[in-house]
Amino acid sequence: MPEGEPLIERHSVNERVVHWAIAIVFVFLFLSGLALFHPLFFWMSALFGGGPFMRWLHPIAGVALAVLFFPYAFALVKDNRWLPEDEEWRKHMWAYMRREYHPTGTHKYNAGQKLMYWSMVPVIAVLLVTGIVMWQPWFAPLFSPDLRRIGGILHAISAFVMFVGIGIHVYAAYWTRGSIRAMVRGTVSQAWARFHHPAWYREITGKNP
Amino acid sequence: MTNHWVDIKNADVVLVMGGNPAEAHPCGFKWVVEAKIKNKARLVVVDPRFNRTASVADVYTPIRSGTDIAFTGGVINYLLSKDKIQHEYVRSFTNAPFLVKEGYRFEDGLFSGYDAGKRTYDRSTWAYELDKDGHARVDMTMQDPRCVLQLLKKHYSRYTPEKVSEITGVAKEKFLQICEIIASTSAPDRTMTHLYALGWTQHTVGSQNIRSMAMIQLLLGNMGMPGGGVNALRGHSNVQGYTDLGLLWHLLPGYLGVPLEKDETLAKYMEARTPKPLRPGQMNYWGNFPKFMVSLLKAWYGPAATKENDFAYALLPKADRAYDMVSIGELMAQGKMSGLICQGHNPLASLPDKTKTSAALSKLKWLVSIDPLATETSVFWQNHGEYNDVDPSKIQTEVFRLPAVTFAEDEGSFTNSGRTLQWHYPATEPPGEAKSDSEIMAQLYRRVRALYEKEGGAVPEPILQLHWPYRNAGDPSVQEIAKEYNGYALADVVDPKDHTKVLAKAGEQLATFAHLRDDGSTAAGCWIYTGAFTEKGNMTARRDPSDPSGLGATLNWGFAWPVNRRVLYNRASADPSGKPWGPKHRYVSWNGKAWAGPDVPDFAPTSAPQEGVSPFIMQPEGVGRLFALDKMAEGPFPEHYEPVESPVDKNALHATKSNPVARIYKDDKERLGTSAEFPYVGTTYRLTEHYHYWTKNVPLLATLQPQLFVEIGEGLAAKKGIKNGDRVEVRSKRGKITAVAMVTKRIQTLKVAGKEVDTVGIPLHYGFVSVAKKGHLTNTLPPVVGDANAQTPEYKAFLVDVQKISGPGQV
Amino acid sequence: MALQSLDIKNRSASTSPGPSARSTLELAKLIDVSRCIGCKACQAACMEWNDLRDHVGVNEGFYTNPADLSDQSWTLMRFYEENIEGSLQWLILKDGCLHCSDPGCLKACPSPGAIVQYSNGIVDFHQESCIGCGYCISGCPFNIPRLRKEDSKVYKCTLCSDRVSVGLEPACIKTCPTGALHFGSKESMLIEANGRLDDLRERGFKSAAVYDPQGVGGTHVVYVLPHGDRPESYGLPKNPSVSPLVALWRSGFARTVGVITMFGVLVAGILHYMRHGPLEVPGEKKE
Repeated sequence: MPEGEPLIERHSVNERVVHWAIAIVFVFLFLSGLALFHPLFFWMSALFGGGPFMRWLHPIAGVALAVLFFPYAFALVKDNRWLPEDEEWRKHMWAYMRREYHPTGTHKYNAGQKLMYWSMVPVIAVLLVTGIVMWQPWFAPLFSPDLRRIGGILHAISAFVMFVGIGIHVYAAYWTRGSIRAMVRGTVSQAWARFHHPAWYREITGKNP
Repeated sequence: MTNHWVDIKNADVVLVMGGNPAEAHPCGFKWVVEAKIKNKARLVVVDPRFNRTASVADVYTPIRSGTDIAFTGGVINYLLSKDKIQHEYVRSFTNAPFLVKEGYRFEDGLFSGYDAGKRTYDRSTWAYELDKDGHARVDMTMQDPRCVLQLLKKHYSRYTPEKVSEITGVAKEKFLQICEIIASTSAPDRTMTHLYALGWTQHTVGSQNIRSMAMIQLLLGNMGMPGGGVNALRGHSNVQGYTDLGLLWHLLPGYLGVPLEKDETLAKYMEARTPKPLRPGQMNYWGNFPKFMVSLLKAWYGPAATKENDFAYALLPKADRAYDMVSIGELMAQGKMSGLICQGHNPLASLPDKTKTSAALSKLKWLVSIDPLATETSVFWQNHGEYNDVDPSKIQTEVFRLPAVTFAEDEGSFTNSGRTLQWHYPATEPPGEAKSDSEIMAQLYRRVRALYEKEGGAVPEPILQLHWPYRNAGDPSVQEIAKEYNGYALADVVDPKDHTKVLAKAGEQLATFAHLRDDGSTAAGCWIYTGAFTEKGNMTARRDPSDPSGLGATLNWGFAWPVNRRVLYNRASADPSGKPWGPKHRYVSWNGKAWAGPDVPDFAPTSAPQEGVSPFIMQPEGVGRLFALDKMAEGPFPEHYEPVESPVDKNALHATKSNPVARIYKDDKERLGTSAEFPYVGTTYRLTEHYHYWTKNVPLLATLQPQLFVEIGEGLAAKKGIKNGDRVEVRSKRGKITAVAMVTKRIQTLKVAGKEVDTVGIPLHYGFVSVAKKGHLTNTLPPVVGDANAQTPEYKAFLVDVQKISGPGQV
Repeated sequence: MALQSLDIKNRSASTSPGPSARSTLELAKLIDVSRCIGCKACQAACMEWNDLRDHVGVNEGFYTNPADLSDQSWTLMRFYEENIEGSLQWLILKDGCLHCSDPGCLKACPSPGAIVQYSNGIVDFHQESCIGCGYCISGCPFNIPRLRKEDSKVYKCTLCSDRVSVGLEPACIKTCPTGALHFGSKESMLIEANGRLDDLRERGFKSAAVYDPQGVGGTHVVYVLPHGDRPESYGLPKNPSVSPLVALWRSGFARTVGVITMFGVLVAGILHYMRHGPLEVPGEKKE
C-alpha cells in the first residue's frame, strides 16, 4: 500500500452500529434457539437467566432482529441487485474460494455477499412469521395446531439455513482480510477497494483501479 | 319411596316418568345403572325433554307436559285389554273384586257429586257397597259390573293408543313399545320400579299422576316387591324428614292430620281418623291412631297433658282454613298478614308468580329470614335492575336476618327418599354469628315465653305449657330432640297379653311404636320414628352396610321408618299362601311359623296365611286400592285434565277441560293467559350443577353452570329466528324473563290433535343475589294454581311466548 | 413430582434413558360413556382436589361449561347432540388428558424434565421446569394442555399422580356417582371395558367399542364408546397419532443431523483456511 494514500469509508457509523446490534441479537437468538433445538445445548439457557426467561426473551429478540434487519436490508438493496457479472462469479464460486479466480467488475458487494443477502432476507422473514405463529401465549392460540407444527418445522429449517449462512458470512469476513476492520472501523485501504471491489472503487473515487 | 334407593337395582324395568334422576339425583341414579348392568334392566324415560336420564335410556319418548294421565290411563287400558295383569295379585291383593256403591258415576269428565258452584265434590258415592256388618261386599269372580275391575276397564277403555297419541303427542308405535316393556313385568318374577319427582307433583293433577302409577303397579303385582314400587325421589336432602315431622300445614308429625275447627274434642278428632276394618278379621293399623296421638300430646305438653284434660288437646291450634304456602301468599297479598318467618325458605324465588309474591311481601309489617345465605326473599326490597325492579322507598316491610348454619356445620339426622334416617356430624364450625336452627327456635321461644309470662295476653297457655325438658333450654341438643321424637316410657309399659312382662321401664327409650299407649304412659314426638333412638343408642348412626340377601336390605345401616322396614307392603312379595311369587325375588314369606326374610315383615309377624288377613295392613280393607274411595279430591280414578294453561282448546276426552276442583283465587284467575297470546308450553326444572337457589352462591358450581338459559327446540327456534346463544325474552301472562337461548334437538315439536305444540324449557336456580351471572327468578312465569289435594303449584306446564331480543354475548 | 424419580420412564428433552431398575403396574382410568350422565361431579372433584377455580363464565348456548379446558379446568364434560340412525343421542364425553403411551407432548417438549412419563403410564408435567413454549400443546393429538397466561406454564390432568403415588384413586374416580369411572391396572380396565360391550351390543349399540388408540401406543385413559365406530361424534379423533409434522419437527435424528451440519460448517471453515489461507490484497503488507 503506498504510504499516505487516504483510506476509503466503506461502512458508515450508523451502518456499523446496526450491523453489530444485529450480530449481538443474532448470537443470543442463535444460542437460545440452539438450546431449544437440541437438548445437548439446553444448558446454554443458564447463560440467559434460565429456560423460562430465555424462552420469554427469544421471541422478543426475534422481533428486535427483524426491526433492525429489514430497514438495514432495505438500505442495502440497491447495492445487492443481481448483475450479469455476478452470474460469472457464481459460475466460478469454487475457484474463487480456491483463490484461482478473481472477478474484475465487482461493485460494492460481490456475488457471494449478494447471495448471502438474498438468502438472509427471506429466511429472516420466514423466521419472523413462523416465530409469531409459535409465540406463546400471545399469538400461538390464534393458529391451528397443524399451522403451529408447520411453523415449528419451517422455523427450525430457516434457523438452520440462517446459521449456516451466518457461519459462512463470519468465516468469509475473517478469510477476506480487511473485511472485519471495514465493519469495525468503517474504512478500507484504496488497494483493498481496488482489488476486491474495483467497480465500487471507480464509482467513489472516479479513478480507474 | 315405597321401596328404597338400593332396591332399584332389583328392578327388571326402570320407568322414569315425572322425574329426571340422572340430573336431580345423580348419586341415587347409580342404582339404576346397577340395575342395567347387573340385572339387564331396561330404562324407559318419558319426559318433555330429552334429559340427562334419557341420555342413558333404552327407550325415550317426548310427551307434552301435563298429559301424563292420558299416558298412564292408556297403559292401564293396554294392560287390561291385552290381559297383561298379575291375576292372582290383582284378585287377592287389590280392591278389584270390591263392589262400588250404587250412585257412583262418571260422565263428561265429572264424577258423581260435583258441585260446580263450590268446585268440590260430595264424595259420598265414592265408596264400597257394605254388608250389614259394615264390611265391603266383594265378587271374587270380578264379573259384577259394579266391581272395581269392571269399572276400571270401562273408565280407561276411552284411553286408546290413538287417543293417547292425540293428547300427549307420543307416537303411537313408541307408546305401544313402552306399554309392552311395562307389561312384561306382569309376570310374577319380573318387576318394574317407577321413579318420579316434581315432574309429576307440580301439576294441577299431580297427586292423581302418582295414583295412576300406583294403580299400574298394583295391576302388575309390583307393589311390595323388591325392585317394584312407586318411588318419590325427594328434592331436598331432608325434605322427607321435614314431611315426616309435620312440615306440611295439614299434618302433625307422623302423618297425623291437623285438627280442624270441627274437631272440637279429642274424641271427635280421633273418631274421624281411626278407621274400622272393612273386611272380616282384617288387621287395620290405623286403628292404633289414638296411641300415636296421645303419645304426641304427651311429648309436646308433658305433665300439662292429662287424661282429665284430653291430654291438653285444647292447646293445639285448630285449622279454620288451608294454610299451604300458596294460600299464605294469597293472605299476604290481601294484606291479611302482619309478619312472616321464613326458615330455610325463599318464597320470592320458589312461589309461582314472583310479581305477586313481591307485592305480597311488601304488605307485611315484618319479615324474618332464618337462612345461611342472603336469600332473594330477604332482600326483596332491593332494586336489582331488570332482575328485581322494585322501588325500595315504597316498601316499608322491616326485614330481620338471622344467620343459620348449613347442613355441613350441623349435627343431626337426614331422612332420605327411602325413609332411612342417617345421622351426620358437622364437618366444620359455622362462620360468624351463625346458629343452628334449633338454637334460634329455642331462643325465640324463650323470649316469647318471657313476654307471655310478664305481660299475659290472649291464650298464653300453648306457649306457657309447652314441655321444654332440655338440659340447656336455650340450645336443645340434637340428641335430646332425636330421643324425643323416638319416644320414651313415662310409666312401665307392659305386654297387654301378659301384664307381668315389662316391655319398657319408666324413663326408658321405646324400641318400637308397638309399645306406644293411649293412656298417657308413653310420649313420642313422631310415632313413625320410634325405634330410631332406643335404649341401644342412636340407631340412625349405624353404618354396617352388610346385605346378607344381596337384595339391598341393609338393616344395620341407619334406621328406616317404620320399624326399620326397607320395603313397604312387603307381605305382598309372597302369594296369598305365603310362598314367594317367583324364585328370583324371594323376599318376605311364610316359613310355617312366622313371616321371615331379609326385611322386617310388613304384617302381623305370626298371622298365618290361612287366617286370610290381607297384606295392606294400613288400609281398613287390607288391599291395595285401584279405586281410591273418597281419598282424592278429583275422584276415585285418575282422569286426564288439561293443565290450567293449556295449548289446546279442549280436552280430547270430554267436556271438562281442566281439573274441576283445582283451587284458584280470583286475582290469580285473571292472570291466566290463553294459547292465542302465549302459544308455547313453558316447563321449569332443575339442573344437576345446582341445588335450588343456594349453589348459585358457590363459585365452583357457578362455574359449572354460570347463567340462566332456556331450552328451545330447533323447530321453534327456526320459526322465531332464534340462534343458539342469542338472548331471548320469555313472557307469560304474569311477567317476563330474559335468558340465553339454548337451541337443541332435545326438545321436539309435538303433534297434538293435529296441531304443532312447542315446549320452552326453563331451569330454576338463578337469581339476583348470586355469584353466578345475575338472572331473573324463573318463577316469575308460572301461574298460582295448585293441585287440588296438596296445592302444589303447576310449575311444569303453563303458557309462554318467546322472542329474540339480541345476539349472543349481550346482556 | 408426585411419584418417585425411580419411576420416571421417559423424560422430555433428555439425552439419556430413564431409570429402569424397577417397574410399576401399568395403570389406566376407564371412562364408561354408557354409564355417564354428565353430572360434572368429576369436574368439581378435580377442581376441589387440585385447588383450581376457573372463572364464572357465561352460557354460550351449551351444557358444556366452562366452554373449554383451561389451566383451571383439567377435565371437562362435553355435550354433543346427534341423530344417529334415526335416534336422537345426547353424547357426553369426559374430556381430558389420555396419558398416551407415545405422548406427543413429551416428544415436543424442549425443556429437560418438564414432562415425564412414569412407568405406571401417567404423563405428568413438572411446572417448575416448564418454560412456557407451548410445544406440548402443538404436540398433543388431542388438544389437551393449556397454557396459563399469568405464569406461562402449561397445565393438564395429572391423573392425580399425587393421589396415585400414595395408593389412592384419582379424585374424579372417587367422586363419580354412577360408576362410569374406574381405575386400576390397564389390563383389568381393558377386561372391564370389553366386558361392557356385550351388554351394549345386546341393547342395540352394534358398534360399541373400546377406545384405546394404538396410533399413540394405547392410552392410560380408555373409553367405552356405545357408538364406537364414530369417535368423532364424541369429539375424539378417529385414528389419533403424534402428527408426522411433530415427528419431523422434533425428530431427534433430524435435529442431530442439523447440529452436526452446523458444526460441519465451522470445521469446513477451519479446513479451508488451513488449505487455502486468507484472501489478501496482493502485495499489501500486513499492518
